[in-house]
Amino acid sequence: MIDSASLLAVLPELVLTAGGLILMLIAAYGGDKSARVVNWLSVLTLIVAGVSLSCSLAHGPVAFDGLVKADAFSVFAKALIYGAAAAAILLAPRYFAVGGVPRPEYPVLILFAAIGMGMMVSAGDMLTLYVGLEMNSLASYVLASFMRQDERSSEAGLKYFVLGSLASGILLYGTALLYGFTGSTSFDGIAVALGDGVSKGELFGLVFVLAGLAFKISAVPFHMWTPDVYEGAPTPVTTFFASAPKVAAMGLIVRVAIEALGPAGLDWQQIVIFVALASILFGAVAAIGQTNIKRLMAYSSINNVGFALIGLAAGTPAGAAATMSYMAIYVVMTIGAFACILQMRDADGKPVETIASLAGLSRSRKGLAAALAIFMFSMAGIPPLFGFWAKFLVFDAAVAAGLTALAAFGIAASVIGAFYYLKVIKTMYFDEPADAYEARGGAVENVILTACAVVIVFGYLLNPMLDKASAAAAAALF
Amino acid sequence: MDGFPILSLMMAVPMAGAIACLYSGAAQARMIALVATLVDLVLGVVLWAHFDQSGTAAQWQFQEYAPIFGRFAWALGIDGIALMLIMLTVFLMPICIGASWLAIEKRVGEYMAAFLFMEVLMIGVFTAQDLYLFYIMFEAGLIPMYLIIGIWGGADRIYASYKFFLYTLLGSVLMLIAMMWMVHDAGTTDIPTLMAYNFDPKIQIWLWLAFFASFAVKMPMWPVHTWLPDAHVQAPTAGSVILAGVLLKMGGYGFIRFSLPMFPEASAQLAPLVWGLSMVAVVYTSLVALVQSDMKKLIAYSSVAHMAIVTVGLFAFNQAGIEGAMMVMLGHGLVSGALFLCVGVIYDRLHTREIARYGGLSINMPKYAVLFMLFTMASVGLPGTSNFVGEFLSLMGIYQASSWVALVCTTGIILGAAYMLYLYRRICYGDQKNADAAAMPDLSMREVWLLAPIAAAVLWMGIYPESFLSPMRSDIRALEARLASAAPAGDSKIKMGPAIPAAEAHHEEASAMSHEEASGEAH
Repeated sequence: MIDSASLLAVLPELVLTAGGLILMLIAAYGGDKSARVVNWLSVLTLIVAGVSLSCSLAHGPVAFDGLVKADAFSVFAKALIYGAAAAAILLAPRYFAVGGVPRPEYPVLILFAAIGMGMMVSAGDMLTLYVGLEMNSLASYVLASFMRQDERSSEAGLKYFVLGSLASGILLYGTALLYGFTGSTSFDGIAVALGDGVSKGELFGLVFVLAGLAFKISAVPFHMWTPDVYEGAPTPVTTFFASAPKVAAMGLIVRVAIEALGPAGLDWQQIVIFVALASILFGAVAAIGQTNIKRLMAYSSINNVGFALIGLAAGTPAGAAATMSYMAIYVVMTIGAFACILQMRDADGKPVETIASLAGLSRSRKGLAAALAIFMFSMAGIPPLFGFWAKFLVFDAAVAAGLTALAAFGIAASVIGAFYYLKVIKTMYFDEPADAYEARGGAVENVILTACAVVIVFGYLLNPMLDKASAAAAAALF
Repeated sequence: MDGFPILSLMMAVPMAGAIACLYSGAAQARMIALVATLVDLVLGVVLWAHFDQSGTAAQWQFQEYAPIFGRFAWALGIDGIALMLIMLTVFLMPICIGASWLAIEKRVGEYMAAFLFMEVLMIGVFTAQDLYLFYIMFEAGLIPMYLIIGIWGGADRIYASYKFFLYTLLGSVLMLIAMMWMVHDAGTTDIPTLMAYNFDPKIQIWLWLAFFASFAVKMPMWPVHTWLPDAHVQAPTAGSVILAGVLLKMGGYGFIRFSLPMFPEASAQLAPLVWGLSMVAVVYTSLVALVQSDMKKLIAYSSVAHMAIVTVGLFAFNQAGIEGAMMVMLGHGLVSGALFLCVGVIYDRLHTREIARYGGLSINMPKYAVLFMLFTMASVGLPGTSNFVGEFLSLMGIYQASSWVALVCTTGIILGAAYMLYLYRRICYGDQKNADAAAMPDLSMREVWLLAPIAAAVLWMGIYPESFLSPMRSDIRALEARLASAAPAGDSKIKMGPAIPAAEAHHEEASAMSHEEASGEAH
């Protein structure tokens, strides 16, 4: 029976669904001319959905008999997702204007993806999880190939689709195994069944589920699609891929690991530790030789996912809180960095993507170079920038959980990662100037860029708030 | 002065200056930077004047506490040791700005901003009373220094900047893990509390090694010193001054503030490791310095040798040794800074650091030759100059712990005299082989004003070191007391004769002499 409390608990999804459907109609009838209006209205929809999160929290945590959980954890993740989605919408029009007319479908697709992501982080059942995941994925496949005439974009979409379907299949297979051996698809039911020891079949199910989810967060060894998709997809779409779905998938994996698979903690802990270290190392080493900034960011995202997983490996409330805080800080850094990358346009306004073209940027575009340098130093984890605090939190959680060796190894590997971030800064600051970029950036880009830079520089003042919010989010899982 | 946040103010002034520099033209940026650093120097003098040096004073003064960062706090406070290092910083900074006045022509605003930001962080390192705040300040210094070397450095600057950055970063990250472990164990991030906290001796070894990884690189100790010559050679003059003058001292400060008081047992157990590395460093790097043909490299290697004297002094576990180590740090900060300035003076004129390209400068640059002579002598450790006091106390301290270490390290003084005097001879004496070197004008007024204050300070420290020792004395005594239970026994077995009242001392001088001989024979 559907009760009103359940409906109110999923109010953000309802707002997004209604908004998305109406905007799609506007787009269908208004054509490309309506792109501007649809853009702003979809941002507005996201804002309304964000505001309605408080209502969802008030009527949670359990909705639809446990199919959906509207708890502090999902609210934390959704706030990040909506923010990142809004930024991805705002950053897009200038980019698409160069390649032709801005198309109104873009913001609508992002809205649909946002509904899927919202379902992912608030799933309380394997089936809700899968529906949310597919909803996000289908929108994402289209987004990746959004520049239809562009070969690279189509290729990215196709690759993403084929590999993404494979991962979904693996995930479904794992779900089926878990259902077969535990007799339940709900997270709580699975946890109860796992409580009396983990059988071989359950273990297989667990491994398949984690493998499918690892694909979604692009953790090594399921990362292969990331560089190609990031490079081929239009840059605003890459911005989106690198931010919101990462949060959603990370939130999902944290929730599944702790709520559903919690009793099998020792079994998944070693998988997560391996995946985390492999991602950190591979992401760092493979990034060194890259010449395309978007590919570099792809490897950087693999690297960052590895660090975030260290918090999960700890398996404690502090660890889960650290992982979510990591994602929050990571999203700000990533959006800021992409707001810089989007401004890499030659004198005619055409986008350029090579790192070499950044040479001498600090002389032609002081502010842009300084901002990108801030994001790069921050991603490298150098204090006093906020990116350091993200790494600090996950390693602190690992040390507190007794995983000192893991922490020491992971943090030492972060030095390798620092090398390629430094390379970008070196190119901008030390090298002789290359051809100058377009003289000015767009107003929206600059505002987003500045906002992100301010957060990264003064972020420590947000610590008490971030600590409180992430602790509440993590507490909802245990 | 009660309650006035002077330490925060000392960090706010250069921070404001740095931001202003970013938005102003070259000439303005120079003025802003000079004014900001001079204001900080004045604040430093005020700080020193109000620092309570009496024996009964609280160890930590000028404390500030604001828990605004969640898990850690904006906690500041200084003892005498930190005070002296802050004074060194604020004293050298205006000189650095002055040294860059004409030498830096491109991107002046950013350059001055980087230096002022550096000053903020250096003061932050020496004043932080919160473990994580310390780490943030300690590590953040990499950013401005990376940019200073990379943008305004010499031909091979990119390699040097990477090496500097990655080397020091790798050293430091392990320290962070150790800090996390300590905070979880002790339940506080407060440095004074942690200094009195007793960690499990078995764990102490690991914690000590993690901190050692960071401080040994920063110091730098042999064999992880190789980033230093590269960084020094490629950095602009002022960058070298601040690197040698203050940044290296962070390593020594780290040993005094963390390794020794927090892990006394581990320090005692691993002291032979430090001694061994220091002995190698003193002899080996001095010999390497002897064969250098590049002036900056020579001074860089001499820094490694001098820092090794610091480490033996610190790990002597007694008051003389630690006081000596502090004095070497202060003296070396002044002298090596001055030597790099001296190199900068002639580099600005001839644009080469090759020693062979100079010669006979005492003929055409007499003022320069005099000042360079003074700093050479100070570097050698001539009595009456700053370094003598420090080296003498350090070696005296280590003699009580291990006479062999003292013996080997003392050869460093002789080798130091060899390479410094050899350098001086090749540059200032002999024939004027090169016409362009012979035509160089003597020091300008600006250059005299840069070197003269350092010369005065070097002589002050050499002639009346008490001004510098007295603020630190009670802190070092407290440290010695903390280390007393763990300190190694020592092999020199010094026996004190009975104390003789001062009035009788003159009359009984002869008998006292024979008494000492007698006790020596008995031993």
